Amino acid sequence: MNPSNFKHIILIVSFLCNVSFGFGQETNEKNQSGSDKNQKCLKCHGNHTFKYMNEDFGLEIKEAMCSNRFIDTIAFAQSNHGMFKCTDCHSPEYESFPHAGNLRMGLMYACNDCHGGDPEYAKFHFDEIEEAFYESMHYNRAPDAFNCWSCHNPHSYKTQASKGGKISETVTYDNNICLKCHADISQFELLTERENINILKTHNWLPNQELHFKNVRCIECHTQLNDSLLISHVVMPKENAIRECTKCHSENSRLMASLYKYKSMESRKSNGFINAVIINESYVIGANRNKYLNILSVIIFGLVLSGIFIHTLFRIFKRK
Amino acid sequence: MASEKLYLYPIWIRIWHWVNAILFITLLVTGVSMQYSNPENPLLISFERSVELHNLCGILISLNYLLFIIGNLFTSNGKQYKMKTKGLLTRIFNQSVYYLFGMFKKQDAPYPISAENKFNPMQRFIYSTAMYVGFPIIIASGAAMLFPEIIVPQVFGFSGLLLTAIVHVIIGFILSLFLFIHLYVCTIGSSISSNFKSMITGWH
Repeated sequence: MNPSNFKHIILIVSFLCNVSFGFGQETNEKNQSGSDKNQKCLKCHGNHTFKYMNEDFGLEIKEAMCSNRFIDTIAFAQSNHGMFKCTDCHSPEYESFPHAGNLRMGLMYACNDCHGGDPEYAKFHFDEIEEAFYESMHYNRAPDAFNCWSCHNPHSYKTQASKGGKISETVTYDNNICLKCHADISQFELLTERENINILKTHNWLPNQELHFKNVRCIECHTQLNDSLLISHVVMPKENAIRECTKCHSENSRLMASLYKYKSMESRKSNGFINAVIINESYVIGANRNKYLNILSVIIFGLVLSGIFIHTLFRIFKRK
Repeated sequence: MASEKLYLYPIWIRIWHWVNAILFITLLVTGVSMQYSNPENPLLISFERSVELHNLCGILISLNYLLFIIGNLFTSNGKQYKMKTKGLLTRIFNQSVYYLFGMFKKQDAPYPISAENKFNPMQRFIYSTAMYVGFPIIIASGAAMLFPEIIVPQVFGFSGLLLTAIVHVIIGFILSLFLFIHLYVCTIGSSISSNFKSMITGWH
C-alpha cells in the first residue's frame, strides 16, 4: 500500500473514532440518569440504613436512615425532577459528610423559584397556581408550614392527568397526596393542632362512599373550579365543599371541568357524545349522555305516542 | 262476545299487578330524573331522592317479581305465558289486523278472551317477553349497578359499568314503552275503564 494512502486511512479512521467516541461521550453525559449523578447522596439516602466511619474512634457505624430523609430511588428516577442533581436544589455543602447542622436552617425552594416566569413552563401556569395556593385554606391555616412540597413530594412527583394517563390511576395518585396527611395523624399534626381525623366518618353522608372514593378525586369537591388551571389549587374549607350530587351528576357535570378536563379539552372537536370523555372510562349517572341514543329514544317515543293518538282518533270517529 | 262474567284475576295476581305498577312507575320517574338530572327542571325529582327511591323500589320490584314467578310456578296462571311457536306470527298478524282495521269495522275479536286464554296472541307474546326476558335483564343489571364491585371492570375495552348501565337504560326504555302501550290497550274494552275495573275486582 502506498504510504501516503496508508497515512490518509489512519487519519480518516482516527477522525471517525474521535468523532464517534466524542459524540458518544457527550450523549452519555446528557443521558446520565439522576441516580448516577446522585450516587454519592443516594448511597445513604436511597437506603433505609447507612454506614459511616467514625474517624475519632476508628469505628464503622451503621444507622437507620430517618424516614423523611429517605429517597425512593425508583420513584425519584421516574419523577418530573428525576433528571436533576441533588445539589441543583440542595446546597453543594451537603456533599461533605457529616453534613453541617446549619444547612437544615436553609429554606427550601418553592415551585416558582425555578418555574416562575419561565416561558418554557408557561403552559403549566405556575404563576396562577401560586396565586390560587395563597387563596387556599391550606396556606391560610398554616402559612409558615404549608408549601408546595406539603402535597407534591419533589422527589417523586409526576404529572398525571395532564399527560393523558388513565383516569383511575390519576384518581388514586392524586387522592394519595391528600391521604398522606388526612389519613395519617403523624403527618396531619405537623400542620395543625387538630387531633381527630376520620375522613370515613366525615364523609358518612356520601352515598356509595367506597365507590366515590375510588373513582373521584378529593379535589373535585374540595377545590374551587378554575377555568385557566387544569387542576384547581384553591382548596376550600370543609364548610364550602360540594355536597350537591347534581354538581357532578348532570349534563353540566363539574367533572368535565376538573377530573375529565384534560380529556374533554383533547376531544372538544369530536361530536356525537355529550360528555363522551366520561363514557370512555367510567359511568356517571346523569352526566353520561349519548346524543344519538337521546334522539333515537325521542323519535321512538314520539312514534308510539303518535300511533296511540291516531288510533284514539279512529276510535272516536268510528264509534258510531 | 260472551256476556257472562269471567273471574280472570285472583287476588294474588291483582296485588302483584298493582304493586308492580306503582313500583314500575316510580322507577320510571326516578330513572328519568337520574338519567336527565337537572336541578333546574321542576318536573324532575331531585337526584338524591331519586337515587334513594330508585334503589328502594328496585329491590321491592325484584321481590315482587319473585312472587310473580312463584305464583306462576304453582298456579295455572303460568300457562297464560306459554305459547306455541308454530303459527305464532300468523296469530300476532291476525290480532294486529284486528287492532288496526277489524275493530273499527265492528268485527269480532279473532281470539276472544276466555278463562284458558286471558291474553290474545299479541298480548301473550309481549307480556311473556316483558316478564321473562325484559324483567330478568333489568333486575340483573340493576342489581349489578347497586353492587358495582361485582361488575367486570372492562369488557372489550369498554367500561363494564357503562355497558351494564346502557343495557339497564335501554331495557328500561323498552319496558316504559310497553307500559304506555299496555295502558292504552287496556282502554280497548267494553268501556274505556272496564279492563281497569277488572284488575281491581278480578272479574272480566
